[in-house]
Amino acid sequence: MANHTIAETLYVPYLDEKGILSWLLSTDHKRIGIMYLISISTSFLIAGISSLLMRLELIAPGKTIVDAHQYNVLFTFHGTVMVFFFIVPGLAASLGNFLIPLMIGARDVAFPKLNLGSYWLYLLGATILLISLLKPADTGWTFYTPYSIKTGTDVILLTTGIFILGMSSILTGLNFIVTIHKLRAPGMTWHRLNLFVWASYATAILQLLATPVVGITLLLLIMERVFGIGFFDPAKGGDPILFQNFFWFYSHPAVYIMILPAFGVISEIIPVFSRKPIFGYKAMAYSLLAIALISFLVWAHHMFVSGMSEVAATIFSFLTMLVAIPTAIKVFNWTATLYKGSIQLHSAMLYALSLIFLFTIGGLTGVFLGSLAVDVHLHDTYFVVAHMHYVMIGGTVMGFFGALHFWYPKMFGKMFNEKVAKVAWALIFIGFNVTFFPQFILGTLGMPRRYADYPPEFHSLHELSTIGSLILGIGVFIMTVNLLRGLTNGEKAPENPYNSVSLEWQVPSPPPHENFEKIPVVTDYPYVYGKKNTQEG
Amino acid sequence: MATKTHSEEHHHDHEEPHIVGNSVYIIVWVALMILTGITVWVARHNFGVFNIVVALGIASIKASIVALFFMHLKYEDKLTWTFALYPLFLLALLIGLTASDVFYRLSP
Repeated sequence: MANHTIAETLYVPYLDEKGILSWLLSTDHKRIGIMYLISISTSFLIAGISSLLMRLELIAPGKTIVDAHQYNVLFTFHGTVMVFFFIVPGLAASLGNFLIPLMIGARDVAFPKLNLGSYWLYLLGATILLISLLKPADTGWTFYTPYSIKTGTDVILLTTGIFILGMSSILTGLNFIVTIHKLRAPGMTWHRLNLFVWASYATAILQLLATPVVGITLLLLIMERVFGIGFFDPAKGGDPILFQNFFWFYSHPAVYIMILPAFGVISEIIPVFSRKPIFGYKAMAYSLLAIALISFLVWAHHMFVSGMSEVAATIFSFLTMLVAIPTAIKVFNWTATLYKGSIQLHSAMLYALSLIFLFTIGGLTGVFLGSLAVDVHLHDTYFVVAHMHYVMIGGTVMGFFGALHFWYPKMFGKMFNEKVAKVAWALIFIGFNVTFFPQFILGTLGMPRRYADYPPEFHSLHELSTIGSLILGIGVFIMTVNLLRGLTNGEKAPENPYNSVSLEWQVPSPPPHENFEKIPVVTDYPYVYGKKNTQEG
Repeated sequence: MATKTHSEEHHHDHEEPHIVGNSVYIIVWVALMILTGITVWVARHNFGVFNIVVALGIASIKASIVALFFMHLKYEDKLTWTFALYPLFLLALLIGLTASDVFYRLSP
């Protein structure tokens, strides 16, 4: 008891130190995680506003608020910031940094200074992006050649910014791999790791091994623009489809860099609010690695109508279907975890359930697009836009919002208003579906993506989609205000508000700088709810 | 999760760093210089379609020597080997599957 009192006296929350430098120079993984969280959330909100401007332009045929070139700039900005500044670093860098050491029973990541360096690189990349806005690019976030070679806009600066972000991503991946291998607490075997840690591990492998390819590809693009070398120019013996092969060799695994951490997040939320052990722990863990492996085999399904060979298209269509297996294992196991559970509809749980529902729609429409003949009709239409957003918002962003609500008490030591959170969730869920479901129909009717204008027959569906985006925007605004208000007006959070058995909930809220007073010895896996049902029995 | 506290930090690392003698580095340096000489020499000869194979073959040998001795891969455990070889598998995948496009593309 006396020791406890001493420990309480010595307890200094990681948030206590004040001043901007105490943050920018901190090597504490929790502070770096929070800095990433602020940065990616800001990117998300800015890119979200640009999407609202695009939807406003599309509310009626003809020019409404921007012209065609400005529209091209808007969707390039939206795609680039959402992909490279929000969703790729997103959950991995912010939540991964905050949670991995807490979950494995470590005091920090393996290389704390490198971790801070990664964040500075992120800031440097973001600064370069902002400078490039003086002459903003209009290529779309994919920078396809030959247009990206010829456009007069500032492609070089923007791709340089993304190249630097790539280095940040590689170093974060390296740090997490070494941390998970080397810093696990005594007794924390691989089969006792949180599924979020497994997801972060699979993500880190992708970050480490796929990101260099996009870095080199963007360097080749810069060299082609600056020196006219001709890697991608057929007149000089180059091949424009080679750019697409290289680009998607990274960018398809990147889709899984975006989604795997969200899978990890809801694998933590669902058992807690079902009060049941996760169903099929090992299958859940290994399916994450399987997704990471298969993600390298499917890149050219983005290129079926690019003029690539039919032999390659057939091979890639077949390989694409393989992804459905591990993904379906996950959806089945989440559902089986819910079965006969004592379900509590906390706001975090609502986002987790939304992910299962919306990601399933996103995933299944991916099977349509992976089928050769169907893809010829649907390629580059709004069907692809809708599919991608069902996966990225319905999957990753729902996971991100779920994580924000779930770990908020641990991160900030405060509680938010749960009723307001549920209202915001309802608006977001309804707004999202009203925005993007009509886009599936628009796509099948032949509405191409990336056009600032459309024929009058598409008016009502576009109008509906714009109204949905406004509802979605209001929902995100309410959620943001609610979470920010919680920081100043929220009640003090208890150590473990959800009675979770996972390790990160066994430390004070917010955690002290060193995380654990003494490094714990782990004796079981983190999903022991209800009847004891370990994986190792 | 059932846990108990432990009075001491747990250390995983007990392995001693492997020390490589200077002679190894000198041999590696000489080998790299000889291979560089061969690279220059073969550049003056035309092997037809094998030009690229010869050039990349020599480069691969040089890279392997650097990885094995300078970067100590030879003395590392299986896990490090796995992480070192997996990118080679990905490279083979990138080249192989891209070849399935390039070699079978029909002329317009």
